[in-house]
Amino acid sequence: MFLRSLVRRFATSAAEPLRKTPLYDFHIQNGGKMVPFAGYSMPLSYGDVGQVASHNHVRSSVGLFDVGHMVQSNFRGPTAQPFLEWLTPSALSGLSPYTSTLSVLLNQNGGIIDDTIITKHAEDAFYVVTNAGRRERDLGWFTEKIDEWNNGERAKKDGPVEMEVLDGWGLIALQGPVAAAYLQSLTSFDLRTLTFGKSAWIPIDGGYTLHVARGGYTGEDGFEISIPPQSTTEIVRDLLSRDPVQLTGLGARDSLRLEAGMCLYGQDLDEETTPLEAGLGWVVGKERKIAGGFIGFEGALKTPTRRRVGLEVEGAPARQGAKIYSPGTGVLLGVVTSGIPSPTLGKNIAMGYVSVEGGKSKKGAEVEVEVRGKRRQAKVVGMPFVPTRYWRG
Amino acid sequence: MQSVLRNVTKAGPLYSLARNIRLAAPLTQRPCVRPQFIRTLVTKRYTKDHETVTYDDSTGIGIVTITNHAQSSLGDVVFVELAEIGTEVEQGGHIGAVESVKAASDIYAPVSGLVEEINAALASQPGLLNKSPEEKGWLCKIKISDPSELEGLLTEEQYKAEYNIES
Repeated sequence: MFLRSLVRRFATSAAEPLRKTPLYDFHIQNGGKMVPFAGYSMPLSYGDVGQVASHNHVRSSVGLFDVGHMVQSNFRGPTAQPFLEWLTPSALSGLSPYTSTLSVLLNQNGGIIDDTIITKHAEDAFYVVTNAGRRERDLGWFTEKIDEWNNGERAKKDGPVEMEVLDGWGLIALQGPVAAAYLQSLTSFDLRTLTFGKSAWIPIDGGYTLHVARGGYTGEDGFEISIPPQSTTEIVRDLLSRDPVQLTGLGARDSLRLEAGMCLYGQDLDEETTPLEAGLGWVVGKERKIAGGFIGFEGALKTPTRRRVGLEVEGAPARQGAKIYSPGTGVLLGVVTSGIPSPTLGKNIAMGYVSVEGGKSKKGAEVEVEVRGKRRQAKVVGMPFVPTRYWRG
Repeated sequence: MQSVLRNVTKAGPLYSLARNIRLAAPLTQRPCVRPQFIRTLVTKRYTKDHETVTYDDSTGIGIVTITNHAQSSLGDVVFVELAEIGTEVEQGGHIGAVESVKAASDIYAPVSGLVEEINAALASQPGLLNKSPEEKGWLCKIKISDPSELEGLLTEEQYKAEYNIES
């Protein structure tokens, strides 16, 4: 027996020494099984808690995730908003202050360099979180484009843009139906007013004021909390990890996000994929679909020939790389990019890209997925697989 | 058969009890060529791929399982797929897969032979692989074609030493 896919899915090439988040020692003290992930040493799980138990705890109570490997950056300056509207197709001008949106960085062809959460604090101040696995590519891209922008007419007239990478800062996610009640016990701030997609500076017991964004990567209600480097361990240890909060590793994080129909960059998204193919057309601002004015505009809005779909697979779980066929034929329709036996639903779920020709990318379409040389029946279904439970007030 | 296997896999005094039970029948039929206390009827061996095979030389059958160490690495097993009965397998050849939420893991035949039986209980209770990986969660029974292949496999001590498993 060989744990092949485990290695493939969670390991990254370890040519360089692995980075550590501020919570590394805390993970070790709490029995974290550390694995290389996106250039970091991250907890796959903790102690004897299995992935399913850990997953279920987040769905029924509250789990804490260290997402400090992700890259947090601030973009500031009088032209920060038009700059980010050049790099992404998002309608940031229409966003009210302290509101976040999922967005994408696009290359010249309209392919997705990375998916990102952009929080607008003001027209001249944005907080951006990007993927650890894309750190070098994103930071290189930002640096190159800032340079280009600051030498352009707009910046010369109205002022330049600066990027500050919050290296060493902590970022944790508190996720689950009990997350709000738990966090409320630590703050005088009325969390009912902080709806999904909003963020705020929130006073926390002990005299801290932290940037808290409502949202996450599990489909549950929850928060992402940014913490200065020197306070991260203390705050997490003393305040954020008490009963009933359970530390949750990468394993459960993957099954939770997949049930919520969310993409993992590098598996479900890459530079050859456009937002429309990925089913992320909604991140493109309505007026921007016509007006354009962002990098990759033309390519990004080409009518897709394939689409990301949800699948329910009979029998064996289909995982990354499994081929999708038209039933009873040799016609290859596409490939699975993520798949698991869903702990919540008790059936095999997957997402993948399917050719739009012949209507096989539509909900209800019957297809076949090949696992270990055998065809398995599968059906195209809508996503999320498990309904999301965001707090919308 | 099952009870013998269960006893043998437990360390300690049960081992001799199991040996005696198994010995009762064959000894009346065959001349005893070796002293009873060194005769090995049931041999359990481990592979580097985290499988075990328990060979009974009176039947020529080897029972294949994954190790306890393997099930704990895999986590909650949700699906088991095995080669069909009657499949001719070669040592090291692919005979199935075990799926957990975490990963899919291939199962390789620890020995060459013919698949005689598969554990039907696993279809409805894949969790047996976690609860009882080396006993109730057995995978298949192989009619072993060349028992000398067992000599190339690991003993329990060697396996545990290789993977730093505490007994």
